[in-house]
Order: sequence, then structure tokens, then C-alpha cells
Amino acid sequence: MTVIGELVNGMYKAVGKAIKDKDKTVIQKCAKDQARSGATFLDVNTGPYSKNPIDDMKWLVETIQEAADTPLSIDSTKLDVVEAGLKLAKKRSMINSTNADDEKMDAVFSLAKKYNAQVIALTMDRSGVPNDRMRRIEMAAKIVTKAMEYDIRPEDLFIDPIVLPVNVAQSQGQEVLESIREFSHLSDPAPRTVVGLSNVSQGTKVRSLVNRTFLIMAIANGLSAAILDPLDKELMDAMITAELILNKNIYCDSFLDACRKR
Amino acid sequence: MAIDIAHEKYPGSIYAVEIGAAKAEGGSRESVIKVGGETTLPFLFNEGAIPNPPVVGLEVFDCEPLEWPEGLTREFGDCLKDPIRWAKRCVGEFGAKLLCVRLMSVHPDWGGRSSNDAVGFLKALLGEIKTPLIVLGCGDAQKDNEVLAKASQVVRGERCLFGIATQGNYKTLAASCLADGHSIIAESPIDVNIAKQVNILISDMGFSPNRIVMHPTTGSLGYGMEYVFSIMERARLAALAGDKMLSMPFILFTGQEVWRVKEAKESATLGLEWEIATATAMLHAGANILIMRHPKAAMEVSKFIDVLMKKE
Repeated sequence: MTVIGELVNGMYKAVGKAIKDKDKTVIQKCAKDQARSGATFLDVNTGPYSKNPIDDMKWLVETIQEAADTPLSIDSTKLDVVEAGLKLAKKRSMINSTNADDEKMDAVFSLAKKYNAQVIALTMDRSGVPNDRMRRIEMAAKIVTKAMEYDIRPEDLFIDPIVLPVNVAQSQGQEVLESIREFSHLSDPAPRTVVGLSNVSQGTKVRSLVNRTFLIMAIANGLSAAILDPLDKELMDAMITAELILNKNIYCDSFLDACRKR
Repeated sequence: MAIDIAHEKYPGSIYAVEIGAAKAEGGSRESVIKVGGETTLPFLFNEGAIPNPPVVGLEVFDCEPLEWPEGLTREFGDCLKDPIRWAKRCVGEFGAKLLCVRLMSVHPDWGGRSSNDAVGFLKALLGEIKTPLIVLGCGDAQKDNEVLAKASQVVRGERCLFGIATQGNYKTLAASCLADGHSIIAESPIDVNIAKQVNILISDMGFSPNRIVMHPTTGSLGYGMEYVFSIMERARLAALAGDKMLSMPFILFTGQEVWRVKEAKESATLGLEWEIATATAMLHAGANILIMRHPKAAMEVSKFIDVLMKKE
């Protein structure tokens, strides 16, 4: 399971302030804590209030890399910000993200090819977020085809069916879960799948429980990656256990420790 | 049209474990044996690297072995009564590159001699034999905790491989090995889950994974060999898929298993062939170290390893 730690994001108050004040300790602690808790990628997002996102992205990437050697997921809708991050990244990175619009995919896949990066692709376009599985699958197929044109291997492509908050779009949960299962039939080898997990619990009173429950259901449907809070220990334990039950790891009494040692 | 053969590529690899320390490293061995390190299943050279060939070691006791069948004792003759001479023959005459010393004499059923005497023998052997050593206890947990702690000190810095640690009894031996710079054998009863657990328990004591060798428990041809084979295969596939806590090399005590089965006891020829057949099958299950008893069987299997490693 690919775990993309979501905490280095200027949207969070403490991180936003640290970016503004160029306070390395906050960012580096956040990066190290996530890496230690099992993140296999660290998402890097300058946040909505950054006045100079290119410089902030460069500073974040350099600051994180001084403290952790976990690969980065460069998270921005702006291509120049993404490229600034990719240029400085020492390990093979991920681009977060493209949508299913042709021009956007052309631009993002070109960058991915240039920097040998993996890509997250959202099944949405300028007409908005789909509200059923058929539309999601249609866009996923379009994404897979486009990626092939750029010679991006399906295993380097993470398709995101767009998770919506359960308190406002309750019917979408099942659509998303079914989409994850269907995406795996789009090519051989199959493209990988990812969700922005915390979205599902947005606005609910028991966020951790909702996140955890949804993640397990998604894993059972074949999910290969999630953007989440790796410091949520119960969430990580549940994820490890789900993979164990799916026979992805060999059981032993200390299976939680064993998995953390990987 | 040429057929394109599909090749598997694994993300994981087996830890490389070194046995024996040369003078430059603080020991007194004339050679160092390295096992493990492979990134693919046995002998699939097209799919990955196999940097270190499997190795065959011969077994000696610190006293005359009881109840060894005639097919085995006649190969050694008189020297079985003098373990140092026995060991020297293994190395000099039979070409053993690795020696496995079993301190059996401390066992209550084998005379129960004092651990100091057994350790004295080990010290003498160390001076006479220059190959890397594997040191085992007698199989009685209480006696072993005593004798192996002392033995570990006597061969301190020689980077021996000590055994055997089990899920229920690993702390004393692991502590000694850590203190004296040895590696350790982690045993499980033909159970991949327990194998992983023992490796974790030993790692948690501060053991580096490249100093652990797994003993999955051995079965002889006709007596559970297939089951051992499948357990080893499962562990190895998990290791190559990235499970670090199953990525240790395997050691198998083939001689011990074979020479207690009916066929080997009844016929020397059959025993010899039985040991060769069991050992060669286990090479294909992923065995990295084979501890054998019949010198001719050991030599045949070593030759076979050379053939397999020619990568043809």
C-alpha cells in the first residue's frame, strides 16, 4: 500500500504559518513524523494563501529533504509550481495531480515523462465531479489512454475516483468503491488507484472512524494508495490489518511491528 | 517467430550473511563464507542476481556420536572417537569449507560432561581448524543456555553462526551472540508465521537482520520434505516481494534428518543417495547452507552446486 502523508500542506494553520515565517523545524518535524509512521510519499502543498507558491514550493522541498529521504508528492494545480518542486526532488516523485481534461493531461504527462515522475489523475474535468461510477470509469479510460500516448506505464499512474464527504454526498461512497474495482480492468497491467481519504469525513463528528472505515472498504475493493494522515495510528493499524487479511503480508504475532519495519 | 519469455522481477532481496572473521577483522579464520544476497528464486539467473552460491558444511560432534548408522560411521572410522582428528579429516580429506560443531557431550543422555570441558574442546578446535564455524548446542534448552554462553565468549570475534534460537528460548543466546559478534540461527517448527515472529523477536533485541539465518526445520526425503519445501518457497516469495522479516538465508540440517530414517539406517548406499537427493531438492527450495553428515554426499552436492552455478 502506498501511503501519501498529507500533513505538509499550507492549508493547515501551523504549516501555513511555518511557510510564511520560513520556520524549518515545524516542517521538518512534520516530515519526519510522517515518514516514521509509515508514509511512503510525503505530499507537499504550499496551501491556498501562499503569495509566492514557486519559491514556497522550492523552500518546502529543500527543507523536507534535509530531514527525510521519503519521496515527495508535489501537489499543486499550477504547472510551474509542480516543475519547481520536481526539479529539486532527489528521489523519484509523484505529481499531484492532473484532471481528465486533454490540455491538462498533455501538460502534466509531459512533465511526468521529463522528470520520470508518477502521476495522480483525477476522474473529473471542466464539467465537474462525476456523480456515478459510469462517468468515473469513462474518464479513467480516457486517462489511461492518454497516459499510454506519453508512454507512462499504468503502474505509474494513480487514478483518483474523487471521494466526496459522506455527510453531503452519501450516495457517492458506493459509486467510488465500485469505480476502484472497475479501474483495475482498464488495462493489463492495471493502473493503480488512489483516494484523498480525509475528504470522506469532512464535516463529520467522528472523522477518524469514518476515514478508517472507508479506507478498509476501499482496500477490500483493490485500492493501491491513499493520501492520508499517517499519524492516525488506528488508521494505519487498520490498514495493515486489512492488507494482512487480503493475504498481502505473511501473518506473525507481531504483524503490526513487522509491517512498520518494512 | 521467437518467443519472448516473461521474466519476473522482484523488489526484495535476501540478506547476505557472513560466517567467519579473518585476521584483519579480528578473527583467526583463513576464509570467510558469505551466503544469501540473491534477488531471485534459486538458480533463475535470468531473473535476478545470485551473488553467493549455496554452501555445504560437514558436521562434527565434541564426542563420539551415539547411534550413528554403520553406513555413516564407516566413512570416518576411528577418528569419530577423537573429534579434533574427525574435524581435521573433514577439512583436509573431505574438503569441507565450513564446519558445524555440535556440543553434544553436555546433554544429560550423552554423558552430561561439564560445559567447561565442552568449551575447552571448542577452544582447542579453534586452534586446529581454520574454516569458519557453526556452533550448536545439544538440544537441551537449559544445558544449551549455559554451554553456548561460554562457547560464545571463547570464540569471540570469530563471527561464528550460533544455534539454535527458538520462539520460547532466544534471549540468552541472542544476548551472547550480540556481545561477542556472532550471528544466530532462528528456528521455527515448519511454520512461516513463527519463522517471521522469531526473526522479529531477535531483531528487537538489536540484532541486525544480516546476522540472522533461518532454520525452517528440516524434513528428509519421504518424511515431510515437500512440506518444508513449500514453507521455504512461501517465505522466499514473501521475502523477494519485500518482507524484510523473512529475508534471511536458510540453513538446513540435512544430514541429521536423513540419517535417522529407516532407509538410511538399513542401507549405506541408500543412505548416501537419500542424503544427496534431499540436499539437492532443498537447494531448489532456497537452502543457502546445507549441513551434511556423509562426506561423499557432501562432496557430490558441492559438485552439483558448481554445475548449477555455471548459469547454463
